[in-house]
Parts: sequence; structure tokens; C-alpha cells
Amino acid sequence: MSVVLLIGTGKGLFVARSDDSRKTWDVSEALFPMTGVYAVGVDPRGERPRLLAGVSSSHFGPSVATSDDLGVTWQEPDGPALAFPADTDTSLERVWQLTPGPADRPGRVYAGVQPSALFVSDDGGSTFELVRGLWEHPHRKDWGAGFGGQAIHTILPDPADPDRVLVAMSTGGVYRTTDGGTTWAASNSGVKAYFLPDPWPEFGQCVHKVAGSPERLYLQNHHGVYRSDDGGAAWTSIADGLPSDFGFPIVVHPHRPDTVYVFPLKADAMRFPADGKCRVYRSDDAGATWTALADGLPDTPYYPAVLRDAMCTDTADPAGIYFGTRSGEVYASADDGDTWRQVAAHLPDVLCVRAVVA
Amino acid sequence: MSVTILVPGVLRGDIEDQAKVRVDVGGTLGEVLDEVAARWPRFDRRIRDEQGQLRRYVNVFVDGEECRRLSGLATPVPDGTEIQVLPSVAGG
Repeated sequence: MSVVLLIGTGKGLFVARSDDSRKTWDVSEALFPMTGVYAVGVDPRGERPRLLAGVSSSHFGPSVATSDDLGVTWQEPDGPALAFPADTDTSLERVWQLTPGPADRPGRVYAGVQPSALFVSDDGGSTFELVRGLWEHPHRKDWGAGFGGQAIHTILPDPADPDRVLVAMSTGGVYRTTDGGTTWAASNSGVKAYFLPDPWPEFGQCVHKVAGSPERLYLQNHHGVYRSDDGGAAWTSIADGLPSDFGFPIVVHPHRPDTVYVFPLKADAMRFPADGKCRVYRSDDAGATWTALADGLPDTPYYPAVLRDAMCTDTADPAGIYFGTRSGEVYASADDGDTWRQVAAHLPDVLCVRAVVA
Repeated sequence: MSVTILVPGVLRGDIEDQAKVRVDVGGTLGEVLDEVAARWPRFDRRIRDEQGQLRRYVNVFVDGEECRRLSGLATPVPDGTEIQVLPSVAGG
């Protein structure tokens, strides 16, 4: 089995490839050097997977590139793939998320961007249009900026119903549409915003990441780890068994919806790994209990954090689990997280990872 | 009516690998860049955003003077002007 792992960093994109069932990895040189690659995506629906990358040059602005040969060559359109319409008087700052649509919408790709907006493409990610229904939402004027900026960083299209999409933003929280994007409703019931005078607002939460299937979802909040069993309508805490409820990424096993992974940090004000060690936590019972996964990970005092999109799975079984750190290390597990190997070290800070079984 | 645009090395791949291009249009800097955008849209979007504003860390010199110290995109560009695009010193 061959797997390609896209590693977006603060100074370029790296493509790692394993041809021996995820035991050893070859890592490319930096592609798009000196750009921040905040989003990478894999669209598996065509004859060959299409890879997408959201790259941001601090000098020359943001762009979206695609690859149809597993990352060997990349294409960019001459014009901007993503641009705010003139009447918005807004300029695109950064692409934070690139997510393929459902199977019965070939070519559909969603992009979450900064400032918080959702774009949709129906040509595989070459050109996008603003989703006006969310942009014109009356809450938008009250969405705030977190430390990383104000962005939509999570997009979860319902695989069975193209009219249903969930997005999450920091800050603002979770919003859902059931009519193809025309109208959107905040969906943060049970998610705490401890930093606001009313800690249980309709919206305004600093949601870091949401993952899962259409009904069973998991949410890593700015303090708080939650599960929803009704597609995001209501959320309940599953943080009791964790050493900390703070962190950024949360991912779900590709074949076991009760298995979920997080990388806890001590606290908002102390963003170091919760145990002072490099540990992934896994729950196999939908968050009731958690187990620290450490076999093969560094056992010395450890300080780097893992950012919201810097953890992912592949689609194999047993699943590959991957994460990258702000100190430029990337680790992979080929057995659902039980044991780990280092894929790369000494890269720039890792912003995002995505894997595809080739 | 002709103006010359000097292209930094990092952007030459977006403008047919040329170090220097000439466009037969004058008026204002913005009008010159509009002509550039029509011919080399990828180069234009590297230096201006979708609302037509110069990107923060791109400097454009009009006959040696940074355009923000003049009239920005409204800076007059007479015949024979040399426009130089340079990335600013930024980043880490």
C-alpha cells in the first residue's frame, strides 16, 4: 500500500510518500517555498485523487493550487481561484480549509477562508464563488477574531444530502444549513464560551475543530471537548477523562465512529502538551474514556503544540493517524494510533496534514 | 505612450519569465496596472488584491519614488516612466 501525506507548513508544502505500508517515508523538498500552507485537501472522487493546497504568501497574497498527480506537479489558475466580489469591499486574507463535497456532486469543493466566509466550487477547485447566505448572515458583524485571525476552518458536507453542510469558525462557532447554503443557523447549544459575559451564548464560541459523520460529531473547543449525536443540534461534554479540555485538533477514525483522537494542551494560558509529554489521546467509546497513546513518541519533556488541522487520518483499515507539530516534526501511526514512527523532523512549523491512500 | 515595468526575480514566472515589460498605456499607475492585469493576470494578483489595492508588502516605485509617498495608484505615469515592483523587507 502506498500513502501520500501532504504536510502544510509555515514555509511551504512537503509531500511525504510511503510505499511500504506506512513504515518508511520519503519527504519532498519544499513546494511553494516561503508561503504559509494553511490548508491542504484531498478529493478522492475522480479517477485519480485531486490534491488541493491553500497557499499564502506574506508578500503576494493567497492562492489555491491543485495537483492531479499526487503532488508531483501543481497548477494555479491565472486569475484568482477565490476572490471576494467587488460589492463586499473585502479582500481574501487566507484559505483555511479545502473540503470536497458529497459523492453525488462531482467537482464540488468548499473553501473556508479568512475573513470568515464560505466559498463553493463546482469545477474541482479551479474557481470558487462566495456563499452569500452565510456572508450576509446577521450575526456576521459580531463574529470575532481569535489569535490566528477570523476564519472558517471546518467544513463538513453531509455525504448523503448535498443541501446540508456544517461549518465552524473562530470565533463564532458552529453554523448549519439544510437548504444548500441559502440560510444558516447557529448550532452551539451546550458549547461553552467562558470568555464571554454570558458563557452559553447562541453564537460567539471559539470552536477549534469539528469532525465526524453527519449525526455523530466531535468538537474541540477553546476549553471543552464535546460530542453531538444529532448532527450538531446539541453538544455534551466528553472531556472528563482527559488531562485537559484544551487543544486544537480532533479527528475521527475513518471506519469506527466511536473512536476519536485529540492532542490535549495544558490550558489556554499554558499551551504545552498536557502531560509535558508528546501524547495523543484516543477514545474508543465516543468520549466516555480516554487512553494516552505514546508508543514510539518522544518520551522526554515536550513543548510543541499541534494546531487545529495538523492531525488527520487516512482511509485504510487499520487506519493511519498522522500529526505534525509547531517544531516541524511529523509522526504517523499505521495501527489506529497504537504505535508511532517519525515521518519527518526539522521542517518549518506544521500547519496542516492530510493523507491519501494512493 | 509607453512605460516600462521592472519585474522582481521572484515574480518573473508569472510574467513570461521577463525581467522587464513595456506597456503602451499611460495615465495613472492604476491604469497601467489594469493593462498589466489584462495581459498577465497572475502577476497582477500577486501585487494587488481583488479590490485593486496594492498588497501591503509589495512596493511599487514610480521613477524611483515609492508610490505610497506620491498619490498611490492615482500617481501620474507620463510617457517614458519606469515602474519598479519590489517586495518589501518583511518576514522571518
